[in-house]
Amino acid sequence: MTTATAIVGAAESDLGVTNSSILTLQAQAITRALADAGLKLSDVDGIATSGVSRFSATQVADYLGLQPGWCDSTFAGGSAYEMYIARASQAIAAGQAETIVVSFASNQRSARSRSLGGVVESHTPEAQFETPYGPLYPLSYYAMAAHRYLHDYGLTRADLAQVAVLAREWALLNPKAFRYESGPLTVEDVLSSTMISSPLSAADCCLVTDGGGAVVVTSLERARDLAKPPIQILGYGEATTNTSMSQVPLLPTGAAASGKAAFSRAGLTPADVDLVALYDSFTITVLLSLEALGFCGPGEAAALVASDRVRPGGDLPLNTTGGGLSYCHPGQYGVLLLVEAVRQLRGEAGARQVANPQVALAHGTGGILSTHATVLLGVDR
Amino acid sequence: MTDPVLPIPDDITTPWWEATRESRLLLQSCRQCNHVQHYPRVVCTACSGGELEWIESAGVGVVDSFTVVHRAPSPAFQAPYVIARVRLAEGPTLLTRIVGATDQELSCDIPVSLAWESLSEEFQLPVFRITITQ
Repeated sequence: MTTATAIVGAAESDLGVTNSSILTLQAQAITRALADAGLKLSDVDGIATSGVSRFSATQVADYLGLQPGWCDSTFAGGSAYEMYIARASQAIAAGQAETIVVSFASNQRSARSRSLGGVVESHTPEAQFETPYGPLYPLSYYAMAAHRYLHDYGLTRADLAQVAVLAREWALLNPKAFRYESGPLTVEDVLSSTMISSPLSAADCCLVTDGGGAVVVTSLERARDLAKPPIQILGYGEATTNTSMSQVPLLPTGAAASGKAAFSRAGLTPADVDLVALYDSFTITVLLSLEALGFCGPGEAAALVASDRVRPGGDLPLNTTGGGLSYCHPGQYGVLLLVEAVRQLRGEAGARQVANPQVALAHGTGGILSTHATVLLGVDR
Repeated sequence: MTDPVLPIPDDITTPWWEATRESRLLLQSCRQCNHVQHYPRVVCTACSGGELEWIESAGVGVVDSFTVVHRAPSPAFQAPYVIARVRLAEGPTLLTRIVGATDQELSCDIPVSLAWESLSEEFQLPVFRITITQ
């Protein structure tokens, strides 16, 4: 069972410190992804994007001179891009659009637009009942999830640190990675890094960089006539759980429901997955997502991340770009999970290429473990 | 906490904030199903009922989790301080602070009791202290 839709183009914008505008980076990502597919702007009749302005998809359409018959600017943080794949797949199946670009870009490092407290909207319950206490947003929520997790399973900060160590190992194979030339990271490096919101130190947190990406979605039938081998959209699922820091249990996260829905739709299980791309906003996010998605049991993710299975040459390669921790984190990193999954499935990943992957999982997480969306992709058969 | 971020009470939450002046922590209780909830809303999230009444919390709970913030989000806050989720005996969990505790004393699942800190000339903010066990 598949969705009869496919990703046919994938690209990054410039990454790192670009001194470019958001729309410049958006246009780079979209035109490069279209070129990758052998398509042009005039082929696009659907746009899904967020993080540009209040009218994000409309803004991008205007900038590119397009008047699409379908758009989506669902705001769900870093998981929105996995959600857009679901929406795009449905719109194409329903005949509302034929060629949809899913894109994101930000210049948050160049523009110094990120703050530790996040964006507070004074009319929300959080502004009244949580903001007055001074939590870091999103960091303090992930920190509380981390303390709960470490407490429940008798683990320590060194177990979290393994996630950052692994990310750096992969980044050293990716010339585009922000930390490509930074050398290996050790557990001791992470433990001695500046504490921000315990137990999470600076080295447990994703990068703040510019960057963006885009993927192009169309019908599987049309995809087979385009420039590159189609990457099939096998399944998707999502879960939306909370905006506040107090209303739902910290564990397990909504990734459990999201993953279950995606695997069910695709008729697959975690054992079928050859490549895993998880949103690593923080080290803890990866451990929670691995368990919720069913790659290991509760409390077992730290041992999995410390093993050879997830490293270059292993059977469950994890975050092969170097992730948000060591590759690129422009704020809503979810689109870059999809770009990497496509490249790996096509065999285009260079020094970090995984041996002959057939199925990849991309899982986005947004807000404070607020939104979760899973996409399963596979090579065309 | 000097010059904190001040809340703007609305149609539903004004009684809650006014009670903080008298050091009373209010919760909403549903007249139809007895579900207790916080933060205050116009609807019961358990049964969709709209008849909610205020009850006063006994002010005891346990730490669901916590984090020590070492870098404040704005000059309004002086780090370090402890942000926590406290699960009240009545059921709801709220975001709050633990005051007067050392790092060594902090842990998930420890009992805590209600205390108050001044937020502004108008309102107080409910915070918690580790409960001294005999």
